[in-house]
Amino acid sequence: MRFMVMVKATQDSENGVMPSEELLSAMGRYNEELAKAGVMLAGEGLQPSSKGARVRFSGASRSVIDGPFAETKELVAGYWIWQCKSLDEAIEWVKRCPNPMPGDSEIEIRQVFEAEDFGEEFTPELREQEERIRAQIEGQ
Amino acid sequence: MPAASHSDLQRTIDAVWRIEAPRLIAGLTRMVRDVGLAEDLAQDALVVALEKWPQSGVPDNPGAWLMATAKHRAIDLFRRGETLQAKQEQIARELELDLTDGVSADPTADAAAAAQAGDDLLGLIFMCCHPVLALEARVALTLRLLGGLTSDEIARAFLTPRATVQQRIVRAKRTLAAARVPFELPAGEQLAERLPAVLGVIYLVFNEGYSATAGSDWTRPELCEDALRLGRMLAELMPRESEVHGLAALMELQASRLRARRGPDGQPVLLNDQDRSRWDLLLIGRGLRALDRAEVLTGGALGPYALQAAIAACHARARVPADTDWERIVALYDALAALTGSPVVELNRAVAVAMAFGPAAGLELVDALADESALAGYHLLPAVRADLLERLGRREEAYAELTRAAGMTDNEQERLLMLERAAGLAKREER
Repeated sequence: MRFMVMVKATQDSENGVMPSEELLSAMGRYNEELAKAGVMLAGEGLQPSSKGARVRFSGASRSVIDGPFAETKELVAGYWIWQCKSLDEAIEWVKRCPNPMPGDSEIEIRQVFEAEDFGEEFTPELREQEERIRAQIEGQ
Repeated sequence: MPAASHSDLQRTIDAVWRIEAPRLIAGLTRMVRDVGLAEDLAQDALVVALEKWPQSGVPDNPGAWLMATAKHRAIDLFRRGETLQAKQEQIARELELDLTDGVSADPTADAAAAAQAGDDLLGLIFMCCHPVLALEARVALTLRLLGGLTSDEIARAFLTPRATVQQRIVRAKRTLAAARVPFELPAGEQLAERLPAVLGVIYLVFNEGYSATAGSDWTRPELCEDALRLGRMLAELMPRESEVHGLAALMELQASRLRARRGPDGQPVLLNDQDRSRWDLLLIGRGLRALDRAEVLTGGALGPYALQAAIAACHARARVPADTDWERIVALYDALAALTGSPVVELNRAVAVAMAFGPAAGLELVDALADESALAGYHLLPAVRADLLERLGRREEAYAELTRAAGMTDNEQERLLMLERAAGLAKREER
């Protein structure tokens, strides 16, 4: 099964404070370990939310809100996609991660939905549509 | 650590074991020079953990804890031996020295330890896939020691009784000890000689998951994931070997089609009938990147896995079947056939020729393979022939070939698909 593992933002990451060289090399070693175990499929760091935007939906209308966003602890500063045997294995891997931020920080683990998980509710037409949309997004 | 329920802790320990066991066993094998003993020591350490961790909590570095515990057990074992041999005393002393080294905060020492752990894993892989072992033994040992699978899981994956798997593993360890197979990473010419066996074991596991040779399931994706994990691991450990990336690329690209390959009731869906929007783009991207690396590393002539990956990439790049570059596929099969001389490759080449240059050209090549003894009993030969005959409008002959093919496969789902197609042909014949 696949997991998205998200490093939560902090005041530092939102302020664009770059990680220390020590943290960078520790993270590099950790990423190497993940890759050597055949666990890591993908992963990236994200720019502060000041360089992002949100689109809010209300019925048929859409409004754009420019970053930065206030609720720092709910923001994501980076993510990985992992292939693990279980949530427990993903948890054990996260425990081995160096603290990704200078101060207190949090990493959230979420299991990726696979089309099969939707079961009967997800009709072939819906499924096909969802996959097509994703294909377009990822094909860009 | 907060009080965890017993089953929570059990699950945590299982996860720790899955992560740590390969490195633990690999490191111990290097030190005690016996893979059977190394696994026993690792298991002993796990038993101690199961006793202690419920009270003490899981240590911060469970891998180091397990390794230290296993080393202490080894020292005790060697020292307690009635007839302590000089060699055993020497190993015991090395283990003690290693224990006092401890964990250092020095990053260069960390890097050295990581490199050592990588070499240990490679040493273990090459030992598990050593040519003195029978193929089934290599597969069982590799899945058990490097894939972290239990004998039960291996038995289920290969539809073999558990006792048979256990016996295979026990005998394999004995064979390795009797043949005094050294724990080492082959280099140079020896590496070139031994690497194909390693790649072959991983690919066999993948294929057993990708199109099960027996049983009622057409695919077993879990087994594909186990093989992929091993393949990705090997690609990181041997980054300069083109064929290692070739195998990784091949598996990533084939696995990208897994969920499109299986209909709602578990029946097989053939390549041209697959809903390509269901292909996994993350895996396709990984596969294409791995293939690039394989190509860069050879700087020209690709090996058999990279060639197969290049063929799979032609399919992966085609968003609809009509976009497939069949002429390039024929050229890749030409290279593969020249390299392997395998009649199965020739058969695949015939299919590609039929797609590129028409069914008559393909049929001519298939008919030339009819007397090939290696293909006697191979159900895809009549299946391919049936397909080409059908496209040439020779339905009666196609029907006979399909029925013959159905009688030759052991996979229930595949057999049903062929019979269904044969019935479809018969129906059209009546009209």
